[in-house]
Amino acid sequence: MSAVLDYSRISAQTVAQPMADPVAFLAGINKRYCNGVLALDNVSLTLNRGEIVALLGPNGAGKSTAVRLLMGLSSPTLGTVGIFGADPRETSARMRTGAMLQVGRAPEMLKVREQIELFRGYYRRPMAYADIVRAAALHGIEQRMFGQLSGGQKQRVLFALALAGDPDLVFLDEPTVGLDIESRRTMWAEIRSLAARGKTVLLTTHYLEEADALAHRIIVINKGRIACEGTPDEVKAFGSAVPGRSAQGSVKIIRCATELTTATLLKLQGVVSATADVSGTTVTSNQPESTLREMLALDQTLRGIEVQSPALEDAFLAITTDRS
Amino acid sequence: MSTMTFSPVTGSPINSLTFNVRIFLRESRYEFLRLTRTKSFALSVIGFPVIFYLFFGLILNRGQHIGSVSVAKYMLAGYAVFGMVGASLFGIGVGLSSELAAGWLELKRASPMPPIAYLLAKCASAMVFGVIIVSILTVMGISVGHVELSFGEYVRMFGLTVVGVIPFACMGMALALLVPFSSAPGIANMIYLPMSFCGGLWLPIMMLPKFIQQFAVLLPTYHLSQLMLSAFGYDSAGTAMSHWIGLLGFTLVMLGIGGIAFRRYEQNQ
Repeated sequence: MSAVLDYSRISAQTVAQPMADPVAFLAGINKRYCNGVLALDNVSLTLNRGEIVALLGPNGAGKSTAVRLLMGLSSPTLGTVGIFGADPRETSARMRTGAMLQVGRAPEMLKVREQIELFRGYYRRPMAYADIVRAAALHGIEQRMFGQLSGGQKQRVLFALALAGDPDLVFLDEPTVGLDIESRRTMWAEIRSLAARGKTVLLTTHYLEEADALAHRIIVINKGRIACEGTPDEVKAFGSAVPGRSAQGSVKIIRCATELTTATLLKLQGVVSATADVSGTTVTSNQPESTLREMLALDQTLRGIEVQSPALEDAFLAITTDRS
Repeated sequence: MSTMTFSPVTGSPINSLTFNVRIFLRESRYEFLRLTRTKSFALSVIGFPVIFYLFFGLILNRGQHIGSVSVAKYMLAGYAVFGMVGASLFGIGVGLSSELAAGWLELKRASPMPPIAYLLAKCASAMVFGVIIVSILTVMGISVGHVELSFGEYVRMFGLTVVGVIPFACMGMALALLVPFSSAPGIANMIYLPMSFCGGLWLPIMMLPKFIQQFAVLLPTYHLSQLMLSAFGYDSAGTAMSHWIGLLGFTLVMLGIGGIAFRRYEQNQ
């Protein structure tokens, strides 16, 4: 059997989790805007060295507010923010950060090379120009005006600007929007290499597959509060939990056609939920192997087995819609 | 409570100044380059004063003198100010408004770029455009309008153009903070054109109705053009000091308005 390793499919969890070595934090943050809206309510989070953290949440949940506080673009109403032991509004702190924001329009009449040189110049120890071009895959478009670039190319240039200062903490807001699959995978590889070199990445994204693939840790924010925090597996398990039954550890979804009733299934070891409809039976279990053994033993006619990890999307929806 | 160890970044103050000056020079260079490449801006900011001066100063009133005043030379000062004000209002004011609305300014704010470098770079670019306009108008005046201009007079015009950007830069910044980008160019024009007319940039101030002449004291265009005309001995009212005070007062008012608008913007963040 050939052993071809598809690196892009290796998720962050199979790599060792980074040690807890904090580089940035929000502590007891309340943020109320002038119009009275309470965007964040007693939010605390920590970012550690070498970690990729994905911040997820529905629109208006408070993700952008949290990120803007960490970037020093906004000040909290209550609580403290710190990056590298300093206020994020200080230039000394910003010397070690880079940001990729969703920008409506960037100066169109500057060449890619010029824009990168401009941003490199803000930092005392910027990344080498050639390394930035390689990391953001900008070969061939360096002399083009920003206004002439395609959407995907513009994203890659913005990514390059985030890397320009060789930052220790990188904020990426929807980094792969508009990118084709190949460019997305290339950017993912680059983000992983950032973390491998001891940098910290805070990522906001609506592509849950991206959070699942990249993040060491996921923080789900909903209505200004942290709804759930943990590794992707833990968040999926949390999302699969049903009131009255806890779901811990590795949760799997078992689909099959079986004669067993849902009542019987719910009594089996490790089963968190069981539903049946015309297309078949779906059982969610946090001890999938034990559950399967019992199911196979009880029903000799059981067929069409599929065992899957819960989708992060389902967990996310469960977390952000139920708990209101 | 866990103890967090960080290594703060330090840099010596002397290096900081050189470092920041380099950032300013780079920002200025690229801002100017960007503006020259933006044909819609470059052609209109330079083109309008050039075309107006050509028609009204050199063709229409060809060779005319009113007393000892050469009309072509008189208008040279007016259109030089007109051009510089345009470069400032549209380059700095509308430019800032555009970058603010696009979210580009946020990206710059999130970076370690010192905001003053960015603002001064925009001023510097407007100054260069102003100086280009003055020079082109001077060449046109001398060659086509047979204007007699001494080198000293040219240098004074040059200097006033550079310094004159400051009050209009402050106005541009206030405009960018107060007005949404969709209306910024329109409002800029609604300020630019009346302010130019009422300041006596197109028609000599003495030819305008009395109430406009009185109102003109509030206008920086009036004060700046009078200062420029005084280099030729063509000024009509007020002392140099009164005009400088007028410009300073206007600048302070604009800085005040801009400061309040900026505080409101910061509080909304």
